[in-house]
Parts: sequence; structure tokens; C-alpha cells
Amino acid sequence: MALELPENVVVSKLDSLASWCRKNSLWPMPFATACCGIELMATGASKHDIARFGAEVFRFSPRQCDLMIVAGRVVMKMLPVLQRIWQQMHEPKWCISMGACASTGGVFDTYSVVQGVDRFIPVDMYVPGCPPRPEQLIQAIIDLQDKIQAEGTLSGKEFKYSARQQPKRALVEITGLPGMDGGRNPVLLGNDKRGLRHG
Amino acid sequence: MANQATVDLIHLVSSGAKVSEYAGQTRVVVPADVLFVVMERLKKQRGFDLLVDVTCVDYLHYRDATDRFGLVYLLASTESNERLTVRVFLNEPDLVVPSVVALWAGADWFERETWDMFGVTFSGHPDHRRILMPDDFTAFPLRKDYPLQGRGERHNFPVLGRAES
Repeated sequence: MALELPENVVVSKLDSLASWCRKNSLWPMPFATACCGIELMATGASKHDIARFGAEVFRFSPRQCDLMIVAGRVVMKMLPVLQRIWQQMHEPKWCISMGACASTGGVFDTYSVVQGVDRFIPVDMYVPGCPPRPEQLIQAIIDLQDKIQAEGTLSGKEFKYSARQQPKRALVEITGLPGMDGGRNPVLLGNDKRGLRHG
Repeated sequence: MANQATVDLIHLVSSGAKVSEYAGQTRVVVPADVLFVVMERLKKQRGFDLLVDVTCVDYLHYRDATDRFGLVYLLASTESNERLTVRVFLNEPDLVVPSVVALWAGADWFERETWDMFGVTFSGHPDHRRILMPDDFTAFPLRKDYPLQGRGERHNFPVLGRAES
């Protein structure tokens, strides 16, 4: 027997509803350290208008944000700050690594520049470019919205699966690089099982 | 080109000082032990009221070099527009020179940067800390025997996964 529903009632899953709310109201935390930050500002400005995708409310307080946009290179002195801000953001939260430097270190393959923030914090979306155009960042936000809708749950249990985060190729790589002692990292040494599990 | 009186003053203070000219610029190499006296006299008697820069050059593997480090002090006088380059050569393990912060307050951060990047100690500096690198950094990255990609310091952080954050 079919259930009779009035026209103004829609049946959905609660997970889907929660994800729909979340994806259309992303509050970015602009972690802008270099020229990508300028493109990030352009994305927020009226011409490209990130408000069309519900992500216009930039907050400089991590406790009010759920989307970290790392725009620009991160030096080793800045990385503890980045990690602290990431930890201060409340779940559910996502991270976009914007541009070549944030994703890989870019041309700055030097002693002080972190070779990709994904080595130390989880990243959901990578934006190529040096710097990427606002359209590319908007595309990343659209893709992230699709991702949230596809796998988001009300309880946020998709974040709890540690297996979801595969060991990073880069982390495996640096242990074998000649002349570098990535071995100082307790995670790489294997002393820190906590870190190994999550790669 | 520096004023002859300036050159005379340097010779008066330090007989070991070597004065040379290149492209209209005057350079002086002084021994480390008389550096502060020379600088003090240059400021007070010759009116070098502006310290433009303090930096350092590492001459490791440099052809015909006899000393490891060459400190560079760039002086200028805003009164007479006179400019002067004062240099001091240093070798390990004796990488100590007196600080000139007492003469030019602007030397503060220049000397901290030189310490941070080259490991030259400035005795008497009021705030002798690293300025660019983190405080727990142990190397001096602009030395020529330090690898460009570092010794793994940039990887030496805890990894935050989804479960920890």
C-alpha cells in the first residue's frame, strides 16, 4: 500500500539532509600566506562571488569555520600554527589545499618550506595552479560539495574511519630521499604508532 | 668614494686595516678585535649615522679564499652622503664579534639574522635570538655546508589525521 503524502513533503535520508545543509553553508577559514591569497580574495569579491555557492562567510576565527583553505606556501615555522588552527576548527570540517605550494611545496624545495600540507593535516581537495584562478577554486568548492553530499553522514562517522586516509605517497617517499634524514620524524621512525596508522 | 679623513681615521685606529677601492666604493677590512672601536669612531667622528645593513658571506669552497666567513657592515652618512663598507673576516671556532647595537639600534635585527643564518655570535647583543627560523632550529641554513633541502627539519612534525583533529 503506497503511503499518501501531501505535495509539500519530501522524503529523504537524514544523512543526506545534513550533508545538503553543510555543503551549502561552508564557512571558509582563509589561511592565506602568499599570492594564492590574492586569488582567494578575488574569489570572495563581487566579480566571482563565492556567495553563489554559500561559502562567502570568511571567518578569521577557526572556531567559527568548517572549511580551511590553505592558500600559499607554508614554512616550517608556520606549520605548528596551521595544525593548531586546524585542531581548533570543529567538525565536520574540510580542507582545500589551494595552489602548487600548499599542495607540494611548488618551486620552493628548500629547507624551510613544507612540501605539501597534506603531509601533516588531512586534505580533501587539491587545486592546481600557480596561483589558481578563482574559477578553479570555485570548481574545487563545487567538487567538495559533491563529496560532502556523496559521503557525508549526520554523525560524521566518515571522519572516524582511519582507513579512509591512505598512507601518503610523499611520506613513504621522503624516508628514501638521499641526503635527507626524514628519520628525525618520530612518525617515520615508527616510534609513533599513532601517526603511522593515519599516514 | 670615501673622504680621505675617514681613511686616515681608520688607519689611526687600526694599523692592520686594509683599505681598497672598487668602482668608486671604499672598502675596509679590519681585524675583529678593533671592530667596535673603529665603528664607534666612524660614527662619532665621521658622522656615519646610518647602518644600512649587516650581513655575512660564507667563503667555503670559494676560490682563493683564506677565511671562512666575511662579515659586511654597510655604513652611510646622511650628512655628507659618504658611504663605506667595513668587513671583518672570521674563522671557526672563533665566530664572535662585538655587537654594534649600542651604536646603531637598527643593528638589532640585522645581527639576529646574521646569527640565525650563519651562526656568527654578536657579544653584548641585548636580544640574541633567532629571528627567521624557529627557536628550536639547530642549524645555520645559509652556510655553504648546509644542504639546500635541509636535514629533514621540514618533515619533523606530528602528522594529524582525521581522528586526531
